[in-house]
Amino acid sequence: MRWLDALWLEWKIALAFLFDNKLQTLLIMVGIAVGSAVIVFITALITGLQANVIERTLGTQAHLKVQMPDDANRVLPAPDGAVALVLESPRAQRLRSLSNWQALRDLLDGQPQVLAVSPLATGPAIARRGLARASVALMGIDPDRYQRIVPVARDLVAGRFSIEGDQVAIGSELAKDLGLSVGDKLRLDGGQGRELIMRVAGIFELGVRELDSRYVYLDLRQAQILLDLPGGVTQIDLTVEEIFAAEEIAERLARLTGMQAESWMATNGQLLNALSSQTMTTQMIRIFVGLSVAFGIASVLAVSVVQRTREIGILRAMGSPRRQVMRVFLLQGGLLGLAGSALGGLVGWALVMVFNLMGPGLFFVQVPTGLVLSAMGVATLTGVLAAVAPARRAARYDPAVAIRYV
Amino acid sequence: MSDTQEVLRLEGLRKVYNPGTPQELEVLHGLDMRLARGELTALIGPSGSGKSTLLNVIGLLDSPSAGELYLLGQPTRTLDDEARTRLRNEAIGFVFQFHHLISAFSVLDNVLMPLMIRHGKPEPADVQLAEQLLAQVGLEGFAGKRAGQLSGGQQQRVAIARALVTRPALLLADEPTGNLDTRTAEQVFELFREINREFGCAVLVVTHDPRLSASCRRSIELVDGRIVRDTGVA
Ligand SMILES: Nc1ncnc2c1ncn2[C@@H]1O[C@H](COP(=O)(O)OP(=O)(O)O)[C@@H](O)[C@H]1O
Ligand SMILES: [Mg+2]
Repeated sequence: MRWLDALWLEWKIALAFLFDNKLQTLLIMVGIAVGSAVIVFITALITGLQANVIERTLGTQAHLKVQMPDDANRVLPAPDGAVALVLESPRAQRLRSLSNWQALRDLLDGQPQVLAVSPLATGPAIARRGLARASVALMGIDPDRYQRIVPVARDLVAGRFSIEGDQVAIGSELAKDLGLSVGDKLRLDGGQGRELIMRVAGIFELGVRELDSRYVYLDLRQAQILLDLPGGVTQIDLTVEEIFAAEEIAERLARLTGMQAESWMATNGQLLNALSSQTMTTQMIRIFVGLSVAFGIASVLAVSVVQRTREIGILRAMGSPRRQVMRVFLLQGGLLGLAGSALGGLVGWALVMVFNLMGPGLFFVQVPTGLVLSAMGVATLTGVLAAVAPARRAARYDPAVAIRYV
Repeated sequence: MSDTQEVLRLEGLRKVYNPGTPQELEVLHGLDMRLARGELTALIGPSGSGKSTLLNVIGLLDSPSAGELYLLGQPTRTLDDEARTRLRNEAIGFVFQFHHLISAFSVLDNVLMPLMIRHGKPEPADVQLAEQLLAQVGLEGFAGKRAGQLSGGQQQRVAIARALVTRPALLLADEPTGNLDTRTAEQVFELFREINREFGCAVLVVTHDPRLSASCRRSIELVDGRIVRDTGVA
């Protein structure tokens, strides 16, 4: 409060000047409000959109998976002084079990930032019912662990998510293709005569066509039989605390385990690219809108400084120090920014609500309070900075000259 | 007259506008002058003789090009802008020809302005003094009005109240009656005499009106930047 008291007259003069020039103040405030409304709206929309896209993407996949390194050809190094010309055909990648996966699982369980760890045996198979055939991806899991990565039970449309013994859970598209409903039998063929007859216990719909038409969840042991991986798993899925740290964690885990670790960020490179260019676009819009708001404030204050020349002269003649005059105009800039952005925050919020009501309605966009508050903070600071040049000019006026100004 | 009574002393004071340029113009040519507490002095002279320039220099709005200006015994030439500004607030009251109120403020706030500049939010005693001064200049009940709503004569009286609110040692007035009708001018001048008697400050008034200057105990005549006549030298 001492600080407020010290600036008591500055506040009084700044407010009086702003109120005295009602039209000018109103116009620039509307300008600032429009600018900050655009920023709030666009930021809320894009942030909401991106959060939604990421949530959808990560809702059906692990943040990170750990696998055996790819098989590679071993090439003998050429003796000194000789040049080796190598004609290589890449190795076919067969399904391989992660060596010593139980120990690996326990090691990953203890890692910081790792939320869930789920080993699974996954590989291709053919599903048959009568004459209908479909190629599927077997997902042999430990359901308790796997549900913490992808909560399949949440997306169940029929039956129960139960995969004990001969029970399987299949996607809705696959159920349609093979004409299966809960309780029906289907034959899974892992190749080379490995076949099992299973029973549909649940049908899920993850919302991703590729998964809904191919995924077959079954008990880990059954998958091991079909895929000819006795006692083995092909990969370990992980979720992590901070999704955008996934790549970093993947690199760390790869070094730690000697395995190949792939994050969702590497798998979804294009999506991330799209998101980051979207973020860049919004950032550009924010900067340019911010700049035009700043120049608006600066030009209005520059005009006001000229209009107030005589009054500044009077204040100086009565003993007002240069710095006080300067503060009066800095304060006006800050007040314009604050009031304009408060109004703009309200308008931006209203725009988002209108968008929620009348827009495509794919998802609900939130306006975080922090966003509005930080927009107001930035606008206030922008106002003060924009006022620097006009305020300095006002402070430099020669009182003897300024007082004669008409 | 003892030195403690001296409010202002000029020694060889010169003022050159635009020094070192083709537009260089020496307006004041080495003035010597003293003003004592309680003196009511008229400054007269033809237009362009340097009266406003002199008042600006005395009022520390402008700095002299040479010579020295003592205010309350303190030399002022070496003071920086901040110190001059403070001294202006503490020791000097200004009344200008075009009254120069701030129209965005009320009459009371205009009167209080020098005190608010000095220490922010006014004390109850400040408000009391301001109201008392307004009553004295005949503007009781005008405190809440906006300055712009008053007539020229009324505004000039507000400006006088404002100049007095700090109880300055020196009151400077530059043609305060210049754009007032004769009767109002008469009233405003009477106010100066009253104030001078009551507050005991030194008053220096620039005026063109010979009748008004004749009513002052002392008058100084400036012609072409030189003092050509000074009745009753201090
Ligand atoms: N800021 C200035 N720059 C240059 N010349 C000035 C300035 N102010 C006044 N003058 C000149 O100084 C002379 C005296 O002016 P002034 O002090 O206003 O006279 P008075 O008040 O006696 O009429 C005039 O010739 C005027 O043109
Ligand atoms: Mg003049």
